[in-house]
Amino acid sequence: MSDEKLLVTASPHLKGPDSTRQIMWNVVLSLLPVVAAALWYFGPSALLVILAATAGALLPERLLGNKGSLGDGSAVITGLLLGLTLPPGLPIWMAFIGGAFGIAIGKLIFGGLGQNPFNPALLGRAFLQAAFPVTLTTWPVTGGNWWNLRGDNLAWPFMSEAAERAALAAQGITLPDVATGATPLGLMKFEKTGSGFSDLMLGSTSGSLGETCALVILLCGAYLAYRGFLNWRIPASIFLTVAVFSGILHLTNAARYPDPLFMLFSGGLMLGAVYMATDMVTSPTTSLGSWLFGGGIGVLVVAIRMWGGLPEGVMYAILLMNGVVPFIERATQPRVFGRSRVKVLS
Amino acid sequence: MPTIPLNFRHGVHPPELKELTAGRQLRRLPYPDELVLPLRQHTGKPARPIVRVGDRVMRGDKVAEADGWVSVPLHASASGIISAIGLWPHPDGSLAPAIRIAVERYSLHETRARVIPDWRGLSKEQLVAAVREAGVVGLGGAAFPTHVKLVPPEGEHVDYLLVNGCECEPYLTTDDRTMVEYPERVQLGIRIMMKCLGARHCLVGIEKNKPEAIRAIQRTLPDDLDVLVMPLRVRYPQGAEKMLIKALIDREVPPGKLPVHVGAVVQNVGSVATIAEAFETGLPLLERIVTVTGDGVRRPGNLLVPVGTKLRDLLDACGGLTPGARKIVLGGPMMGAAVSDLNVPVCKGTTGVVVLDDRHSRSVEILPCIRCGHCLDACPVFLNPQLLGALARAGRHEQMEEHDLATCMLCGCCSYVCPSNIPLSQMFQVSKAALTKIKAARS
Repeated sequence: MSDEKLLVTASPHLKGPDSTRQIMWNVVLSLLPVVAAALWYFGPSALLVILAATAGALLPERLLGNKGSLGDGSAVITGLLLGLTLPPGLPIWMAFIGGAFGIAIGKLIFGGLGQNPFNPALLGRAFLQAAFPVTLTTWPVTGGNWWNLRGDNLAWPFMSEAAERAALAAQGITLPDVATGATPLGLMKFEKTGSGFSDLMLGSTSGSLGETCALVILLCGAYLAYRGFLNWRIPASIFLTVAVFSGILHLTNAARYPDPLFMLFSGGLMLGAVYMATDMVTSPTTSLGSWLFGGGIGVLVVAIRMWGGLPEGVMYAILLMNGVVPFIERATQPRVFGRSRVKVLS
Repeated sequence: MPTIPLNFRHGVHPPELKELTAGRQLRRLPYPDELVLPLRQHTGKPARPIVRVGDRVMRGDKVAEADGWVSVPLHASASGIISAIGLWPHPDGSLAPAIRIAVERYSLHETRARVIPDWRGLSKEQLVAAVREAGVVGLGGAAFPTHVKLVPPEGEHVDYLLVNGCECEPYLTTDDRTMVEYPERVQLGIRIMMKCLGARHCLVGIEKNKPEAIRAIQRTLPDDLDVLVMPLRVRYPQGAEKMLIKALIDREVPPGKLPVHVGAVVQNVGSVATIAEAFETGLPLLERIVTVTGDGVRRPGNLLVPVGTKLRDLLDACGGLTPGARKIVLGGPMMGAAVSDLNVPVCKGTTGVVVLDDRHSRSVEILPCIRCGHCLDACPVFLNPQLLGALARAGRHEQMEEHDLATCMLCGCCSYVCPSNIPLSQMFQVSKAALTKIKAARS
């Protein structure tokens, strides 16, 4: 009696406009201007490092991930983001390993997309920082001939620089020396010198590929937030806490603590707040939870920068807060319609 | 008059898609050769048949008696012979007991002579009894017996009668046509119901995408009663009782409580008009307005359909299906049920028949949850569908109950927004059924 042609499915029979693939590829799209800015400041080195990190991320996703999971775009995001956190002069084999570690150990081991507790790109970077601490903190200065590589990008894996130079010299090749300098945060922490605000804003300072041009990152983030692909509460709460917390410190001792604007626009804060902390998988789903999560990151960033051993603390701040997301969510479940708020808290 | 914008929080705004039928006048469907009246057309206990096979019934005759308080009688919507009483495909997908009537051909379908009482002279109790006898149920889809809502529980007081003309489901224009074509009937129904309830205020909530309906109701407002038209922002699921109460009088009905707990009674505008009709003509609920629409039907329209008409007859009257038709939905596309059997009859709660074509019925790939949180931002009753979905997947139904699964009204907002196409509301429906089973086994 029933018509063979007719489908029976559960309601709703209409579907909203967003899809996971679309969200992921839009994030990739929005990262392209940031990549372009990195290219503008650091030349071909930027492209090499970012491509190597992305290739490193894609390889394990292809080999070990679920069938067709490359198409969801999330591995590309991890690769691009990791590349943007690395110094321009990094040997690309290190970038590749970082990407592979981030995806394999940071994501696939937990079950792939949606299952990982920590941001895979930052986990990859934390791994590199632990494995190659010196290379990861060597920052070439901006400027100079655009075409020059900003470091030993093409270094051979696991070879000391001296040995490599000797091997190359045997073939009649000499490596150029690259001018390096400290990042604004490093300058502030270890040499007590500040940097100009416009330099920070436009990115003409030393630093990781993606931690230089704050303006581009903000614009790209605004696009994602407008499309509803980015939880604006997280960057908003990070910026707010960093500004307020460092503002209070600055007021108590202006000589020791830098002003809030410097704190906001230096280092990896922009990239971290807009792109890393907002990773949907590793941030809270509740709206109050998002505010707490961002606030926690803001406090940790200022604390690590001011009182920690490292000049920069965005990476560890986000990873630490990633770890407490389940607790934040448990404590911030939404108030059910018709029930009083007090009962939720008790 | 509140000056703040009338609203409820969250929800979604799917494409409205009402333009297919919005301006189309009602047309009457010819009587089909056979009518099928399922005994269960309302929430509550099914009706009990009082006719036998072979009996001749006239249009308007009672064929089944209400069984208990939350139940209503059933009437023959055309004259004919009772041909069978037995199982028949029901809109919910099951086989359920139904009375079949072989409709008389070339008949005038006359009704028996009846005395029409003047409603003004009736007491509250008599009014409620008359509404019940007329078989009136909520015509917005849920089909809850209307008379039950007209008798507030002891100790509860009704401040507001809220008339639901939201029609927040996409495609449907049933309530729209009711208000445009029968505004006086709606007003009379409001009068009768306010008397029953002892309510002093009445608000008619209509979404702003129905300007003609807003004007019609506005034009016919009575001078002697406090009745107001409240144009509402277009937002799904505004037509859900709790959402409408929140939007119109800014009160939240607590989980597990009835609207009357916050001093309100909500009635669908179609039910209001049907009550008035019962006191105008003396006839019970015999026909209802059905929107037949969607890209899969050749001539969409708003039809006045005898209850019990089979989908096949209804669709034939609308030019039939297009070759691309893939899915037939009874009700709106957000909460309606898909049916595959064209012998299913139109029931009292059938608001529309939406025929979707290929574009709206493609199968989609389900991806893992990426915890985007869009479902939390969409849930109108502030649940955590993401968490509930994970629990449902793990089969932890009892834990879902602790997270207020009972408050979920299966509106489908979470499924609608989920970018990974996870069928959340379907999972919740399954879990609710599983919980009922678990509880039944325990007791």
